[in-house]
Amino acid sequence: MTSAVWLIPALPLLGVAVLLVAGRRMGEPLAGWFATAMVAGSFAAGVVTYLGLLAEDEHHRQTVFTLFTWLPAGGFSVDVGFLVDPLSLTMVLFITGVGALIHLYSIGYMHGDARYSTFFLYLNLFCFSMLMLVLGDNLLLTFLGWEGVGACSYLLISFWFTDEANASAGKKAFVTNRIGDTGFLLATFLTFATLGTITYAGDDGILANAGSLPAVTATGIALLLFVGAIGKSAQLPLYVWLPDAMAGPTPVSALIHAATMVTSGVYLLTRVNPIIAEAFTWVPTTIAWVGAATALFAATIAVAQRDIKKVLAYSTISQLGFMFLAVGSGAYVAAIFHMVTHAFFKALLFLGAGSVIHGMHEEQDMRRMGALRAFMPITAATFIVGWLAIAGVPPFAGFWSKDEILLYAFAKSPVLWAVGLVTALLTAYYMSRQVFMVFFGEARWSETSTATATASVSADAPQHERAQVSTVHELTPHESPWTMTAPLVVLAVLAVVAGGLNLPFTSGLHFLGHWLEPVLQGNEAHIGVATATKVILAVLAVVAAVAGITAAALVYLHRRVAPERVEPDLLLRAYRIDEGISLLVDGPGRKLAEISAFVLDGKGVDGAVNGVGTLVRSGGQRLRVVQTGLVRSYALGVAAGAVLLLAFFLTRTGIQ
Amino acid sequence: MTVDSSWYLILSAMLFTIGAMGLLVRRNPLVMFMCVELMLNAVNLTFVTFARMLNDIGGQVVVFFVLVVAAAEVVVGLGIIVAIMRRRPGATADDISLLRG
Repeated sequence: MTSAVWLIPALPLLGVAVLLVAGRRMGEPLAGWFATAMVAGSFAAGVVTYLGLLAEDEHHRQTVFTLFTWLPAGGFSVDVGFLVDPLSLTMVLFITGVGALIHLYSIGYMHGDARYSTFFLYLNLFCFSMLMLVLGDNLLLTFLGWEGVGACSYLLISFWFTDEANASAGKKAFVTNRIGDTGFLLATFLTFATLGTITYAGDDGILANAGSLPAVTATGIALLLFVGAIGKSAQLPLYVWLPDAMAGPTPVSALIHAATMVTSGVYLLTRVNPIIAEAFTWVPTTIAWVGAATALFAATIAVAQRDIKKVLAYSTISQLGFMFLAVGSGAYVAAIFHMVTHAFFKALLFLGAGSVIHGMHEEQDMRRMGALRAFMPITAATFIVGWLAIAGVPPFAGFWSKDEILLYAFAKSPVLWAVGLVTALLTAYYMSRQVFMVFFGEARWSETSTATATASVSADAPQHERAQVSTVHELTPHESPWTMTAPLVVLAVLAVVAGGLNLPFTSGLHFLGHWLEPVLQGNEAHIGVATATKVILAVLAVVAAVAGITAAALVYLHRRVAPERVEPDLLLRAYRIDEGISLLVDGPGRKLAEISAFVLDGKGVDGAVNGVGTLVRSGGQRLRVVQTGLVRSYALGVAAGAVLLLAFFLTRTGIQ
Repeated sequence: MTVDSSWYLILSAMLFTIGAMGLLVRRNPLVMFMCVELMLNAVNLTFVTFARMLNDIGGQVVVFFVLVVAAAEVVVGLGIIVAIMRRRPGATADDISLLRG
């Protein structure tokens, strides 16, 4: 049954092909339904493959399904092959599952957009790339998907490209990702240079032979791959693209920035865990620290954001930091666990935010919301579920996965654990702040007049909506159509129950851990923490969550403290790092670019190229006098040459 | 009575030198052609001499090839000369230097 695996990426690819040819003719909503069906079909194929794999013996849960040889080049060849194992299938299931829900949601959300079918074309292409990324059985195929999601994120973020801000956000994401991709490419080269192969599985694959790597090389490969992961998964210092990427349509934010693309860095590091195990021990420690620092850093910024999606964007960065903290602590299962639960509740939160934006007629500023729960009951209820999940309130999914990460972090270093705990507290705080500002308190949108509504038209508005806004006189929030609320409900249910994937109490409930065990080849960290300590840690995590929620309630619900006092300008402007980068790039960066353009390239490279040309031309100028056109002088030349040759050979050999 | 091979070779060398000199010295294209023929025949003589010396028919055969090529070359060359004669008063080799650099 695992041979159905090729269908998983093939269906979205078919969707791309059909939408490319007939997308416009299919129109709305057929194009959307078609694209949704493709991803749903892909999910079905994933489930079939999953069942097939589940039927196998635990140690035979790895199949490579080779389609064809892609690049045969002497001793080196790359196959287009799909690696079916517990890790790739876990990824496939939640990518296609959440992806299909987001497609369904988009049918409602993108209603009326002029480029409706193009949007679904991009979404399908994105899903295809992401599936190639996780299914590819070698580094190059993974890189193909890696670049594919990068390109698709560019297309989707700047989907409404007529807006300057959206277009530049797309470019920013693309360029920042390229920096990380360089690391990935170099890692691929280094792997091939040392192991002679870039295929993951098999007896001569890189995973089986990672043990033969010298520690230095393994360290190099692991670090370079980590650089790639930093770019894709928006870690310090390459996180800058993700907040801006909120310029894209909200379903894009949910798909790319919650469920799929940003998780690929975590996936990659988990995939190559034997290499990390071979590297010096400071490599995982670095990963853990970068993750922890990112988590805390982004969480502090999130507490002061006013844009409903920006809060979620920084929250995503923070949660990804948690996953890297887990990877660095050797808690690969916890990382994947958190990735899955995060995919559910963050997609839910993003889609909920999109529903709010939709219902508020493209209002994104949380200061102009409030008391929305009466007007949008389904959105509010599901959003609250997502909030409780991310805040770490038991028994919602986020609690279990986050707690597991904190436990492993504690085993690695109590300092890491403390950073994680503070981040968890901040997470609970800023998410509660968001919920209170949007759904509770007094309604602050009623005073919104037409003028401000028009002024605050955000980038996140389908074209027809933007046209409408100016004609809306009475702003009344409304609930979204069922295509949008249905995915919310499904995701909310998942956000509640997903914790069951890996309950900590007994090993019998440790489903995800057992399932992923063959992939990790014993590289999962073993923690020797007493049960009592575990319970204390869990209690502390709950206390932190409750403290965060209480603090937010005091400020934003009961107004004990003026909100302005806890939203420092520095945090609102994200530590002014973007300004700093602009200054740096505009000042010394521009100088450097000018030097390389006009001095190095203009004078150096062009000079060398032109110099060769000039040399040849002046040489020719000198030689043209020889070309007299006189037959007899040519003949003389030939004769003289013949005589000289003769003389040469005669003197060399002599006459016998 | 047999003549020693070296005599043939010396004769051939002399003929070749005369031809080469003529080609270099004379300006009339027709005479230059004849000088080329002289050189070719000098070479032919060498071929035949060596063929006899080494008891190998190959040298004799090559002579035929040389003759055929020479005939073809003369036909083309004469054609060119006739074409030139039609366009301009003379065909002196030094006057035709259109292909100079």
